[in-house]
Amino acid sequence: MTDVAISGELPLPREPSYLAAGHTVASWLATTDHKRIAILYAATITFFFFLGGIAISLVRLDLFTPAGDLLSDDTYNKLFTFHGVIMVWFFMVPSIPGTFGNFLLPLMIGARDVAFPRLNLFSWYLIVTGGACTLYALIAGGVDTGWTFYTPFSTMFSNTHVIAAALGVFIAGFSSIATGVNFIATTHMLRAPGMTWFRLPLFVWAIYATSLVMVLATPVLAVTLLLVIAERWLHLPIFNPDFGGDPLLFQHLFWFYSHPAVYIMVLPAMGVISEVITCFARRRVFGYDFMVYAMVGIAVIGFFVWGHHMFVSGQSPYASLVFSFLSFIVAVPSAIKVFNWTATLYRGQISFDAPMLYALGFLGLFTIGGLTGLFLASIPVDVHVTDTTFVVAHFHYIMVGGTVSAFFAGLHYWWPKITGRLYPDVWARFAAILMFFGFNFTFFPQFIVGYLGMPRRYHVYPPEFQLYNVLSSAGAFVLAAAYLLPPLYLTWSLIWGARAGRNPWNATGLEWKTSSPPSRENFAATPHVEEGPYRYHPEGFAPEHGEDNYRTEGDRA
Amino acid sequence: MTTPTSVLRAPWQELTRQREGATFGIWVFLASELLFFGSMLLLYTAYRVANPDVFTIAGRETDLWYGTVNTAVLMTSSLTMAVAAQAAEADMRRLAIWSLGATVVLGLMSLVFKGFEYAEDIGKHLVPGVNFAMKEPAAQLFFALYWIMTAVHAVHLSIGLGLVGRLAIFGALRRVELRENPQVEVTALYWHLVDVIWIILYPLIYLMGRS
Repeated sequence: MTDVAISGELPLPREPSYLAAGHTVASWLATTDHKRIAILYAATITFFFFLGGIAISLVRLDLFTPAGDLLSDDTYNKLFTFHGVIMVWFFMVPSIPGTFGNFLLPLMIGARDVAFPRLNLFSWYLIVTGGACTLYALIAGGVDTGWTFYTPFSTMFSNTHVIAAALGVFIAGFSSIATGVNFIATTHMLRAPGMTWFRLPLFVWAIYATSLVMVLATPVLAVTLLLVIAERWLHLPIFNPDFGGDPLLFQHLFWFYSHPAVYIMVLPAMGVISEVITCFARRRVFGYDFMVYAMVGIAVIGFFVWGHHMFVSGQSPYASLVFSFLSFIVAVPSAIKVFNWTATLYRGQISFDAPMLYALGFLGLFTIGGLTGLFLASIPVDVHVTDTTFVVAHFHYIMVGGTVSAFFAGLHYWWPKITGRLYPDVWARFAAILMFFGFNFTFFPQFIVGYLGMPRRYHVYPPEFQLYNVLSSAGAFVLAAAYLLPPLYLTWSLIWGARAGRNPWNATGLEWKTSSPPSRENFAATPHVEEGPYRYHPEGFAPEHGEDNYRTEGDRA
Repeated sequence: MTTPTSVLRAPWQELTRQREGATFGIWVFLASELLFFGSMLLLYTAYRVANPDVFTIAGRETDLWYGTVNTAVLMTSSLTMAVAAQAAEADMRRLAIWSLGATVVLGLMSLVFKGFEYAEDIGKHLVPGVNFAMKEPAAQLFFALYWIMTAVHAVHLSIGLGLVGRLAIFGALRRVELRENPQVEVTALYWHLVDVIWIILYPLIYLMGRS
């Protein structure tokens, strides 16, 4: 294999694209190609996304009236649990790492594949097995514990299929750990010559930081679920207060994973947004180094904030004080990122293509989600709004408004690279705007009604809250329509879409220097990297070829 | 000495790098495993701090002899595993295969002892539940953790047996090249971790009640 420096274009591979490298079912189900595994993940999470979406549509339909006359109490509980379990464990956590992480990480660092390709395929089989197990539980009769499986309800009182559901999540956890190990080893060991740590695209940093969280937090969740299964199935007293067990310990262990899990969802999103914003503003990312430190900072501090989920649980007030303080601190690196994205946009030549519209949507929604997170880090306000729809709105702004918007931004940004096809731009922009509108329509009323005192997870509520619930439910159907559009026009583009060149957005980064879609081996020659990422400049201020990519003089007008 | 090419796999382009990658990967995984057991140790610590006396009394009900013999067996298996890894490195194929075989035998012995110990514990009604032998409620917590921690350890040990056994058999049949194969070192590191976990469990379960 010859080596080529990337100051110019790389030679295009002569091999067929990864999509054409085999057409049998076996060529997909036994593949070790990171790109094909990414497609397998994409199919899986799309399936789960729409399942979880159907469940919550029924819930929102039920909430149109205060009497809760569409669903029985039991069915209502099972549906919101179904929604939570599926969306958190089988959509949000694997979404961006499983799809874009798998597809892009080797491409972006100039590698042929991830470090352990067979482990990568195994990860996918694990998540499918876990998903099947959980799906069985949810179909065989459902689970009513909520996605958090809180003890002692889950271990002693619930009459539903907790064991199978928890086992499924347990298995999915190992998928997450395997993926994390693979990505960390890939980033450390397989970077192309010249691809130093501070020349890595921010998406790679994001996936790396996420992997650290996956590897170090997920095992704690696995043990916690194992203990729930043992207590429920074998009647071993672990959290049972009758024997001196402490249900609060379950919450500590559960949130030790599940708060960092928010960063498993949001850090990859931040990576996607960094790539998209810099490309469509034609400006290099403002403060690249700080963006990196902020992501690593979020990953590290994210491990020390779990206790803010337990302000009203009866834990020590001193613990609450410390967790409150640390929860405020984690907002600092998040704010750095938002400010740096904003600064990147400043004086940029912004083009409002579909990926950019989704990314701008992310900025707005993530900021609202982040600011309301500060409300919840503050103990007195948190006590007031605990277990109300205010909290529901907050985490949906972060996880759905943030991560799902970023997922769609990434999907539209890299779609031409992944499939080799262009999609109808007008429809994509329309869907992006509709999604932003539908999202706020759905969740903003929940802030208000939650602050007024509407508890979460209730389907019978005082009539004075009906207006907000009707607004929210109506918004949910707008949002559902916005989510249904992309599958339609993207499928259309697969058949009738125009061929994309290797770099339709005129973007920087190694992934754009190979063919669309890439060949099995990604690059015809090993790239040699000679500069940092994001060689974008406002028109008229482009520095001479070969100049330091991090200079700032070029931006001053 | 020529480098065996049969163990080189995509996407690696040279064996040294592949070995570094595999070793690095398994260390990351072991860090993950430490948190896995760490969370159980945290539970144990919290409950022990809350019930120091009961945990001491309950700890005396465990069988010190089985625990100690198991420790000796597992430590010896770590020795044979280390020998196997070094022998594979030095291209001493027969020694490597015999050491891998010895590791499997010692690991199986450990599982068998554990089985006998479990049978004895069941006979002494040390399984939490209605027939539990001790009257203090928190003793059930101790034994719940005892069963879970040793069982999870046994599961890890069984996975290790599968990995080591596979290397031993395929190595003997020459279906796997042992020399310079990253799988040998990866398996060895995993095996040592399982032993290290036992070294932590042994004093917590068997020794602390007997000081």
